[in-house]
Amino acid sequence: MTLVLNEEQLMLKESARDFLQQRAPLSHLRELRDSGNTRGYSPELWSEMADMGWTAILVPEQYGGLEYGYSGLGIVLEESGRTLTPSPLLSTCLMGVTALTTGGSDEQRRKYLPEVAAGSHLLALAVNESSVHAPCSVATAAQASGEGFSLTGRKTAVIDGHNADTLIVSARTRGTEHEADGISLFLVPADHPGIHTERYRVLDTHTAAHMTLDKVEIGPDAVLGELHRGMAVLDPVLNAGAIGQSAELLGVAQEAFERTLGYLKERKQFGVLIGSFQALQHRAAVMFGDIEQCKSIVLKGLRALDKGDENLSEIASLIKAKLSETAHHVTAEAIQMHGGIGMTDEFDIGFFLKRCQILETFLGDHYFHLDRFAGQRGY
Amino acid sequence: MRELEQFRSDVRAWLEAHCPESMREPYRSEADVCWGGRNWKFQSEDQEIWLRCMAEKGWTAPTWPAQYGGGGLDREHAKILKQEMSRIKARPPIYSFGIAMIGPALLKYGSEELKMQHLPPIVRGEIRWVQGYSEPNAGSDLASLQARADDQGDHYIVNGSKIWTSYGEKGDWMFALIRTDSEAPKHQGISLILFDMQTPGISTRPIQLISGKSPFTETFFENTRMEKNQVVGEPNQGWTIAKYLLTHEREMIGETGNLQSGAELLSHIAVKKLGLDNGRLSNPVLRTDIARFEIDEVCHQLTMERARDETKAGASLGPSASMFKYYGTELNKRRYELLMAVGAQDALIWEGADSNEGELARRWLRSKGNSIEGGTSEIQLNIVAKRILGLPG
Ligand SMILES: Cc1cc2nc3c(=O)[nH]c(=O)nc-3n(C[C@H](O)[C@H](O)[C@H](O)COP(=O)(O)OP(=O)(O)OC[C@H]3O[C@@H](n4cnc5c(N)ncnc54)[C@H](O)[C@@H]3O)c2cc1C
Repeated sequence: MTLVLNEEQLMLKESARDFLQQRAPLSHLRELRDSGNTRGYSPELWSEMADMGWTAILVPEQYGGLEYGYSGLGIVLEESGRTLTPSPLLSTCLMGVTALTTGGSDEQRRKYLPEVAAGSHLLALAVNESSVHAPCSVATAAQASGEGFSLTGRKTAVIDGHNADTLIVSARTRGTEHEADGISLFLVPADHPGIHTERYRVLDTHTAAHMTLDKVEIGPDAVLGELHRGMAVLDPVLNAGAIGQSAELLGVAQEAFERTLGYLKERKQFGVLIGSFQALQHRAAVMFGDIEQCKSIVLKGLRALDKGDENLSEIASLIKAKLSETAHHVTAEAIQMHGGIGMTDEFDIGFFLKRCQILETFLGDHYFHLDRFAGQRGY
Repeated sequence: MRELEQFRSDVRAWLEAHCPESMREPYRSEADVCWGGRNWKFQSEDQEIWLRCMAEKGWTAPTWPAQYGGGGLDREHAKILKQEMSRIKARPPIYSFGIAMIGPALLKYGSEELKMQHLPPIVRGEIRWVQGYSEPNAGSDLASLQARADDQGDHYIVNGSKIWTSYGEKGDWMFALIRTDSEAPKHQGISLILFDMQTPGISTRPIQLISGKSPFTETFFENTRMEKNQVVGEPNQGWTIAKYLLTHEREMIGETGNLQSGAELLSHIAVKKLGLDNGRLSNPVLRTDIARFEIDEVCHQLTMERARDETKAGASLGPSASMFKYYGTELNKRRYELLMAVGAQDALIWEGADSNEGELARRWLRSKGNSIEGGTSEIQLNIVAKRILGLPG
């Protein structure tokens, strides 16, 4: 198979770009922030995204979805990275749906997927317990209680945690705190009275939550995947998440780069365009090349998800590590090459660095993924 | 789709039957590379068989038209051939500046007569070509070259010199940039001329590299006769052709950043040399550098693959070739830096059987030339900035 988009995918890319540029350009993010919006995204926009079919892209046809695969969703994520448009696409439509298609029983899928596809049900992944992404470090306990379980513990950095209708929570059913074995996943209604949610805003307008679970009683049908073997579901979900975040980072980096390139061709100093200075030209040329590489690997990663490649963990970490480093470098250089105006809140370029830092840190930064990549390769 | 799958299985069966076992092993040293040419001495019977079989199919130049001896394959078929060769770790049957450089230029700009004369022997590995571009005072600023031709009716008389001619003393034929009009602006008076290195009036002087070897020469022309019918394209239009040829050269050099067919992953070499401690290389800083390198290696390879997928078979990658040249060579330099770090004090050994005559240290030193030959890294970045990004100046 060749590493180029087919015609259908190119059409999706174009329609996603048109929609986002018109309905949710960067000023949309600024408005959300300045209006003090607490959700972190616009529900009106979300229902328009659902009308576009984006919420259904990954959902299998039999559950009311489009079954258009990761390659399709990746295109939309990349475009929404360009406009920095906040939405629950990553938490619900990518990771939530992957969790259900990977580990969900038919009953669970029937319960959630049609509503997710319609855009009327949000999911969030509650897996971390400290500031550092460490999915195997789980102290939250799931104790047998009646026929089901009782969950107690604290989860951190739950993206869209305060917006979700249902949480996917990792909790320990056996073993010790840092062991992979003994972690189980549970589908928990977010409005359960035993759950206390502390919403917080991050660098830009995005929001996340810390969540405390105090004797949250759930039935046996809440278990997602096999008991004790939650990592068998969580690993693929986090791999998909890393690749999806990378697609979004690709959009962030491309847009920041293109805006900067435009500035190099417009701003004059010493009587000439600043883009004629070789010190800037060479740095721009290297950024261009780095972004080209990022395009190739994101495409490869999305294809690998669609095909279910066996070394997905290696691929996902490779991609997230590279995209994090590249997008970070590009968005920071974007500020430098704009000079003073790049530092002002009024000018948009700083938003790209902020979003980059968020995407790169949630669910594992490049240090995490470099380490994981090396481990996957056996060193 | 079915046709492609059929082709794949045919190729697989053919390679199985024709690629000798010893040609499926990684190179032990540079001496294992087959270059071909009039004076070529095959290192083994297998090397000769492998070249002959591949040449008969035209698969030494898979995308060239069959009428010039090539394989006549389109992009997808050529990609399958390449994949199947690397699947069995087959060595390239030949390394050839004829195939990588002058061939594509002839295909695009050469007369029918020149194509018929030169392309089939290149496919068969019979003629070894060398490149006469650089001069002592014309390196990055190539168009300021001085070697000059005086018009004598049906031929030229050429005087001047070329420098850094890789394998100059081993070359059978040279393609050279010669100034055929000294009055014209510097880019407009240059021709690309082909000539036999045995022509009277040509001499070479070896130049030793920091790696202790001397694969290149200075080449002198003293009243050398060159035929007008060996000018590629129109006289004085050589600069355009020269630049086109360079895109193919740069694409070829960009390949040095890829894991060569059959070569070992850097991390495997590191694990063998240094061992694991709790499943990890014990120095976490070196481990991270190796991980970053291996990630970038995949990035480069996939990006070259993507660029080729987007381009017609055999066509030039255009200014993108400069990007690949830059990344591929910077990567190869990093690879050798890391190999030296992994080899540690043993890697310093210059002579003696244990070190294979200082093979690693010599290759490490040689890799420093990657970002100079074919145009320096700085020049590649200039090209990307101006030709791709459209930056001024
Ligand atoms: C191993 C090897 C094999 C070679 N084989 C061949 C061959 O077979 N045939 C052949 O014709 N040539 C060959 N070359 C020559 C090669 O193409 C030249 O060395 C190269 O183009 C650089 O030219 P130069 O050596 O004159 O360096 P210079 O042009 O003098 O460059 C010196 C430094 O200045 C920098 N510089 C120059 N101009 C600029 C600019 N505009 N902006 C920023 N920096 C600049 C360069 O990047 C470099 O760092 C070979 C070279 C090597 C090292």
